[in-house]
Amino acid sequence: MRPTPERKQPMIDIEHLSKRFAESGTPAVDDLSLSIGEGEICVLIGPSGCGKTTTMRMINRMIEPDSGTIRIAGRDVTHIDAVELRRSVGYVIQQVGLFPHMTIAENVATVPQLLGWDAARIASRVDALLAQVDMDPGRYRDRYPRELSGGQKQRVGVARALAADPPVMLMDEPFGALDPITRAALQDEFLRLLYELRKTIVFVTHDIDEALKMGTRIAILRAGRLVQFDRPEAILAHPVNAFVETFVGNDRALKRLGLLTVGRFAVAGQPPAGAPVVAVDSDLRDALSALLAASVDMAAVIDGAGANRGVITLRAIRAALAEPPAHVRQ
Amino acid sequence: MLEQAWQFLVSHPAQFAAALGVHVALSAAALAIAAGIAIPTGIYAAHRPRAAFAAINVANVGRTLPSLAVLALVMPLLGTGFLPSLFALSLLALPPIMLNTLVGIRGIDPEIVDAARGMGMTTRGILAKIEWPLALPVIFAGLRTAAIQVISGAVLAAFIGGGGLGDFITAGIAMMAVPQLLVGAIPVTLLALGADYAFGALQRRITPRGLRPA
Repeated sequence: MRPTPERKQPMIDIEHLSKRFAESGTPAVDDLSLSIGEGEICVLIGPSGCGKTTTMRMINRMIEPDSGTIRIAGRDVTHIDAVELRRSVGYVIQQVGLFPHMTIAENVATVPQLLGWDAARIASRVDALLAQVDMDPGRYRDRYPRELSGGQKQRVGVARALAADPPVMLMDEPFGALDPITRAALQDEFLRLLYELRKTIVFVTHDIDEALKMGTRIAILRAGRLVQFDRPEAILAHPVNAFVETFVGNDRALKRLGLLTVGRFAVAGQPPAGAPVVAVDSDLRDALSALLAASVDMAAVIDGAGANRGVITLRAIRAALAEPPAHVRQ
Repeated sequence: MLEQAWQFLVSHPAQFAAALGVHVALSAAALAIAAGIAIPTGIYAAHRPRAAFAAINVANVGRTLPSLAVLALVMPLLGTGFLPSLFALSLLALPPIMLNTLVGIRGIDPEIVDAARGMGMTTRGILAKIEWPLALPVIFAGLRTAAIQVISGAVLAAFIGGGGLGDFITAGIAMMAVPQLLVGAIPVTLLALGADYAFGALQRRITPRGLRPA
């Protein structure tokens, strides 16, 4: 289960942020306020031109805001030297941007080099990071980027962003250029890794399924304004307007079921003979699919060891959708 | 005829050595001066769209000027001799080096530079560690083109008293003495081919390993 966002001192605090690019008349980001807790994965999502990438890039001052403030751990980013700020914030982009003339180890060592770490410390850090993203250091350390697959490049990209152990990471569609299978595998893996490392993450995507999967909270933007900022479950259950409703899709009830685990809604009971079987840690969407496929209203629930853990029923699934989601509003 | 050319060469060793020396010195100095001006200009313009636009246009005009015209234009201004020739040849070598520097830097994938900036590299750091090594093979290709142009262009220096192997060629033409003409033409050709080969080899060597074809 994903940890609940904690309501303490926000790690990233965005207040009344605005940005207008001279070329276009409309603001890219318009009076946006957003508070992101420590250890959260905040997904910024919306249609093209909604200001999600601009917002992210203002956090490490790749773009300077026109007005408003951004604080990281209480410090106003405009009061920190931009170069120093960027060295303290992890940065991952869609095309990865590995340096083609440097080895994998040299790429990962970029920020530690800039920070002036000694060679021995850098070498051991690089090996540890490569192992952490599941790249055998002995095999890949001295390779060049062009020798890697797309998925491997993004693993290195994430390792490079983690190198100096920044508390905050910015990720701009990091899995956007990957095939669906590689993308799903990397999403799972990095979700685990990033929780483990307790990083606060601002994650930009245009893929609602990715947002629901990765985010502890999702900020939906439109024309530079914040439309809704809430937990994935709450957004699916209570879209604030027609725009959000359309944006999350007509299958939002099914998407919501996809966020709920069978174990939480299983009830005691004896399944009838021949009932379909679902795993206790699978989601209700899969359970519903199994019930519909078998044309029954009850399935057996088993755990990893194959032991009986009760049953899941259509009625329980319906009740799960009716249950109000834990509602964390800004 | 080659026999006669060889006879001429061995009977005028000092004259040949002096001409060859002047030719090489003229070419090398012109190339060095041009590189010293064109590379920094190219780097400067690469980061400024308006300057780049101007630089590309000026360079393209420069490239279409015939070498002889440049020498002819220099003569009334600077007179004759080695230095005016050097000036004209340096001018000739500027466009290819400047254009290649500009194109080499501007051709770098913007995502690479964005990643570098986003990780906290300074503008100068990006130039030294990212842009320079990635653009270097292209810059060398520019030097290679310029070297060949300068070596062949230096033949024309003879017209404005700059010396070099062109002296044999102009004298050969004036006196209808083909052997003497060849004493100038063949070494110039060999010099140009040699420079092409040497710069080519150098270009492969300075290409970062990660960029070399597998």
